[in-house]
Amino acid sequence: MKSIRDGFGEALEELGKRNKDVVVLTADLADSTRVKGFADKFPDRFFQVGVAEQALVTVAAGMAEAGKIPFTTSYAVFSPGRTWEQIKVTASLNNVPVKIVGAHAGFGASMYGATHESLEDIALMRVIPNMVVVSPCDYEEARKATMAIAENGKPSYLRLARQESPIITKFGDKFEIGKANILHEGRNPQVAIIGTGPILAEALEAAKELKESEIEVVVINLHTIKPIDEQALIHYAKITGGVVTVEEHQINGGMGSAVAEVLARNFPVPIEFIGVHDSFGESALNPDELWKKFGLKKENIIEAVKKVILRKNS
Amino acid sequence: MIKLSPSELQEIAGRVRRDVINMIYKAQTGHPGGSLSATEILVALYFGIMDKGDHFFLSNGHVCPALYSVLAESGHFPKSELSGYATLGSELQGHPERTRLKGIENTSGPLGLGLAQAAGYAVWKKDSFIYCMTSDAEHDEGNHWEAVNFAAKYKLSNLIQFVDRNRVQIEGTVEEIMPLGNLREKYLASDWNVLEIDGHDFSEIFRIVEEAKSLKTAPSVIIANTTFGKGVSFMENNPDWHAKAPNKEEYQKAMEELK
Repeated sequence: MKSIRDGFGEALEELGKRNKDVVVLTADLADSTRVKGFADKFPDRFFQVGVAEQALVTVAAGMAEAGKIPFTTSYAVFSPGRTWEQIKVTASLNNVPVKIVGAHAGFGASMYGATHESLEDIALMRVIPNMVVVSPCDYEEARKATMAIAENGKPSYLRLARQESPIITKFGDKFEIGKANILHEGRNPQVAIIGTGPILAEALEAAKELKESEIEVVVINLHTIKPIDEQALIHYAKITGGVVTVEEHQINGGMGSAVAEVLARNFPVPIEFIGVHDSFGESALNPDELWKKFGLKKENIIEAVKKVILRKNS
Repeated sequence: MIKLSPSELQEIAGRVRRDVINMIYKAQTGHPGGSLSATEILVALYFGIMDKGDHFFLSNGHVCPALYSVLAESGHFPKSELSGYATLGSELQGHPERTRLKGIENTSGPLGLGLAQAAGYAVWKKDSFIYCMTSDAEHDEGNHWEAVNFAAKYKLSNLIQFVDRNRVQIEGTVEEIMPLGNLREKYLASDWNVLEIDGHDFSEIFRIVEEAKSLKTAPSVIIANTTFGKGVSFMENNPDWHAKAPNKEEYQKAMEELK
């Protein structure tokens, strides 16, 4: 168990050494967004803007125009939550490589309640032209994703979970922006489970249990939501004929919606959506309590897979 | 309006501080520093300042443990509900929500949004006084200053803002993280009435509110100088206690000091 935000913070320090153009800005959240290491090592390339998210991203846009690669950090509810129009215009329409890092995404800030839980950020970011949207599933992938967006030359959103979570990818696994990874592939799979973020650990658990009842699935890690890997999605829709999407986000406009858009145009199959169904979160001791309450657990995924199989056969 | 003696008010403030520490210790989450600096102002608002029809908007919602305790003390809900703070299913969320809890006028937590809501409300409630509490650090937010201009333009003399000037924010002192310059002069230059008090002194709080109410041409800001973490020696002026729950030993020490 390790946290995704730690993978980001460690990669950022590495980037600081490798590339002198990488700069970091934060809105009074250096420690919890894990940029304190970078700040201590490279104080001349670190900017504390105060609780001022709008300045955070717009100042960064100016720095990007000046040739820098700015990583901006706050909680996802505040940025991109509060900073959407600023990002649209000054990062994306300008087309400069501002990196929006949204921490405590999903139910990460579970104890703080709905005001601090970010269940809309994927939708907010994927709708903006030019924007790259990446949502790593574990510590290892967070490291690679951070390195990758530093070098892509584009405005990019990096979605980070707060809590420690299982490590489900390996150090040596290939990570390429826009290329989905297969985490598990059963023989002649009947359903494709497509997920993003640390909740993929639940999907892998579901796959294990389904196998015991002789239901084979493929589990796809859609770490990049934009640009989306159309080829992989269509390929596995054809092989399986049914899809379950899994995300710690609103169903409306999220990763599942992005998958459905691709499949509706190219190869329609029955889809079930695991995520939050048009409601706000609330306070809880940890994200797991909320995954249970909002139906994001292994059991819910298993049920959705069985439903898709029924729909395929009806 | 309730009229309580200074010693009665101090007793309530003492209970509120103990509630704050109890809630945050039990939930192992919350913001003790700001909750303890805001205590006297919140007690004064609900035990003497606010009349029927008056409204209170909390902008720095993270200090809600103190507000929850004051709301319970003033009879909005049973004190037994405080123990559910920030747990699954409780009406007392980690940050206050208007639709969940009686007595909460605005959902808050994300900073810089409260004064604007209070101003919008004040436009249409000229026959009552609208109070708003903000933190000094949330003066970093642009949205706050947009509301400062709005309230001055529409001469919202029924709007009275308390700034909990505790000079601490998440990662350090306000002076270190983002200096605010001369807050008094900034408000004066924005055509607000500016008053300044010791935010832990009940007699000063009541006196200054009466003065603010008498000023008829502009909104008023009361810069309330307070001590972050007031009443718990190891929390006072220490940014580590912005959002941190005490362990057992710290809890016992804090409760001993707040006896």
